[in-house]
Amino acid sequence: MIQIRNLRKRLGRRDVLQGLDLEITRGQRVALIGSNGAGKTTLIRCLLGEYTRDGDVSLVGRDPRRFRTEVLRHVGFVPQLPPPLKMPVGQLIRYVSSLCGAHSDHIAEVAARLGFDATRFRHQPFVRLSGGQKQKLLIATALGRDTDVLILDEPAANLDPEARGTFFELLAERQKDAVMLISSHRLDEVAALVNRVIELDQGKVVLDDLVADSVDLASRLGCEIHLTRPEKAFAKAIGAWGFVDVDHGLAWRGTVAGADRLRFLGMLSRYAALIAALELRETDERTLHSRETANA
Amino acid sequence: MQHLWLTAWTDILESLRARWFAVYTLVFGSLVALLFVLGLTESRVMGFTGLSRLMLTYIQLSMAILPIFVLITTVRSLAGDREAGVFEYLLALPVPLGAWYWGKLAGRFLMVFTPVFLAMVGALLWGGLQGADIPWLLFTYYTGLLIALSWCFLGIGIFISSIARSVDVAQGAAFIIWLVLLLFLDLILLGVMIQQQVPAETAVAIALANPMQVFRTGTMMLFDPQLVMLGPAAYVILDNFGTTGYMAFALLYPTALGTVTAWFGYVLFRRGDLI
Repeated sequence: MIQIRNLRKRLGRRDVLQGLDLEITRGQRVALIGSNGAGKTTLIRCLLGEYTRDGDVSLVGRDPRRFRTEVLRHVGFVPQLPPPLKMPVGQLIRYVSSLCGAHSDHIAEVAARLGFDATRFRHQPFVRLSGGQKQKLLIATALGRDTDVLILDEPAANLDPEARGTFFELLAERQKDAVMLISSHRLDEVAALVNRVIELDQGKVVLDDLVADSVDLASRLGCEIHLTRPEKAFAKAIGAWGFVDVDHGLAWRGTVAGADRLRFLGMLSRYAALIAALELRETDERTLHSRETANA
Repeated sequence: MQHLWLTAWTDILESLRARWFAVYTLVFGSLVALLFVLGLTESRVMGFTGLSRLMLTYIQLSMAILPIFVLITTVRSLAGDREAGVFEYLLALPVPLGAWYWGKLAGRFLMVFTPVFLAMVGALLWGGLQGADIPWLLFTYYTGLLIALSWCFLGIGIFISSIARSVDVAQGAAFIIWLVLLLFLDLILLGVMIQQQVPAETAVAIALANPMQVFRTGTMMLFDPQLVMLGPAAYVILDNFGTTGYMAFALLYPTALGTVTAWFGYVLFRRGDLI
């Protein structure tokens, strides 16, 4: 799906990419990690045909620079920072769907699944939406059409836990047919989403590893937490995950997306001294069934 | 073609919501209103009165404002969009580069030309309602000149945007170009050069190459057929071209210059990093 041979890119006096060789095949979900200046964004821009470069880059069998429209029809891209577009939401959806030969309704449906009502906000300029709403709409424009290659730059950074759960479900629906390249500064943000990790440092691949593909992206975990005492800060933090108070601030109940468990546990770790009991249990029957079938 | 118009339409919608467009429209609308308030249609200069007099003044003021306004707003918005990540997102969509570039230029041209044109049409309608004679020939010629001037500076602006990597650089370059063209107007450096015994051919060549001077001479020649109000270079030019020849040149040259610079901008845009 993606082939990169001896990819080099120089920006000013700096060699940002120094001879990358990569091959990413269908079904792979790759975490592209690395610190600032490692070359992640430059690599993504080379893949999108936005940068000139030395070396060969091929997506779905073609050079994205020479055959940009043919290649980009297969690519869904979510940028790290939402662009300050002044056009209204409805116009953006129509523009994307017209260019990509997609249906506006399908993009709006995906947005609705993520918790963004595109019809209600159709006259609202994109730039006036909140950070989370912008992110949901950008994800909807990438996932609401037929794409084989998903290039996602910190895609879930601005999403609330509920929307993150839906986002993981949307990725799960495509995991067998598509290639996903998910860029992030931190591996723990995307660890549960991927089955391969590529780390860049100063324009070189310093780690390329396959990881255990044990987490079902669509799974959900039922969770109950008991505290030693009520705590306002905890109530606020757990409330943001959609949990409900079932015992005057002493017990909380809710669900967490399976792929978000690491992030959730990271949040809980800040309140470790308060936690008297904690239970996490997979609730998605479809997931349990698929596990049982796989085990059998 | 569908993608080109789609991009043009998107750019029009973006411009309609942009602050620069509001200011731009306000400036030209106010200009016409101000000319009416000052009673310019009642005054007479070298035989010109009524709407002709108003249009002459309007077109002269347009020459002073339009180039710098078009240059700065074009480079600011395009280079600004690039810096802010708008290009990164929109150019990751399957839009052909030609459709993107020329679509943006077409959309921007409409947004730059329409307010200037509508202000002139508004003046004409208002004058007509007041019983003034409508100078159709002058109106048609000046419309052509405004198209040529808008296109010329838009072409230069988009060329700068194609090569400049930041808003600051783009804005600086645009300002310097405008300043150089302004300095080489007939009554400023060009006049001094002639006084300093620079060959007449050189002065005339500079005057012919400067789109602002071409526009200035083009607008003044109907108002001042002997060009006595203009500097020495314009006088030589009129001798060589004749009135009709120069009118045609004043329409064609800025249009061609804008097209050529826009084309170079496109070639550089396509060859280099898009963002």
